[in-house]
Amino acid sequence: MSRVEVEKKVLNENQILAEQLRERYRRQGLLCVNLISAPGSGKTLLLEKTLERMGKSARVAVLTGDLQTENDAQRLAKFGFPVKQIVTGGTCHLDARMVEKHLAGWKLEEVDLLIVENVGNLVCPSSYDLGEDAKIVLLSTTEGEDKPLKYPSIFFKSELMVLTKIDLLPYVPFKAEVAKENARRVHPRMEILEVSSTTGEGLDAWMTWLETRRMAKSSAK
Amino acid sequence: MHELGIASSILECVEKESRRHGGVRVTKVGVKIGELAGVDVDALQFGFECLVKETVWDGLVLEVESIPRMQRCPKCAHEFRMTEFDPQCPQCGEFATLCISGEELDIAYVEVNE
Repeated sequence: MSRVEVEKKVLNENQILAEQLRERYRRQGLLCVNLISAPGSGKTLLLEKTLERMGKSARVAVLTGDLQTENDAQRLAKFGFPVKQIVTGGTCHLDARMVEKHLAGWKLEEVDLLIVENVGNLVCPSSYDLGEDAKIVLLSTTEGEDKPLKYPSIFFKSELMVLTKIDLLPYVPFKAEVAKENARRVHPRMEILEVSSTTGEGLDAWMTWLETRRMAKSSAK
Repeated sequence: MHELGIASSILECVEKESRRHGGVRVTKVGVKIGELAGVDVDALQFGFECLVKETVWDGLVLEVESIPRMQRCPKCAHEFRMTEFDPQCPQCGEFATLCISGEELDIAYVEVNE
């Protein structure tokens, strides 16, 4: 009996594909963000408001993942930007292969910002690199303030936390300060934005965050 | 929830290693799983057992080493185990300490019968 050292990532194949995607994005100066949250935290509504605010000339494209239905793609397609649904058929996360497959047919050189909306799940998407520049985690005020402590992996790996549904704060027991403190305990340097997609509060700061990152990526090309 | 997929990736890696060494019989595979990896070890073991059962890999043992989350203090270089998500350096009180381990999802080794 002998032991052979391997020292490889378990998700090596996914990692290799993700790095290839990252390299493609880098060559194009394209910013890719990966939106992750529990089901019902408001990813799709935030995306609708985001696309609504984009100028007609914006070069944005969206991949949206769900276990079933094309509903989200239909909701997002009405803004006139390229949108594709990834139906995972039961898989609880997106992986780099699904992203690569669904990018086929799109001219990436005509895209500056690729938004990937992951499957609603705070656990599994944290393990799969999609080649994105940043993971963004959404937490809504109708969830618990302790979500960052219960699901530390995704909060640790996300650069930005968007606290959504802040218009509901007067009506729910959720304490934004406690949620933010919990998020910073897991990830001290995480950026945090507060938005309401319903009232529009905080959306300017969100759009500025995206635009700042997009410009930085594009000028680094 | 995605542990079966992870188990399947581990088995693919074992198959590759076996082929690379001329088709040797692998009896054990060792993996390192960090506490930030988001993988439930019991579910992974269960998924792995189900995958190998009644296949040519029946009996293949999965050994999991859990890796704790460790932080390093940039000010005093102290390294410490992070518990309760408290990043503060116990030696000098600095808050902005850096994560140095705990994200692992790695295959460490395979044991082969020669």
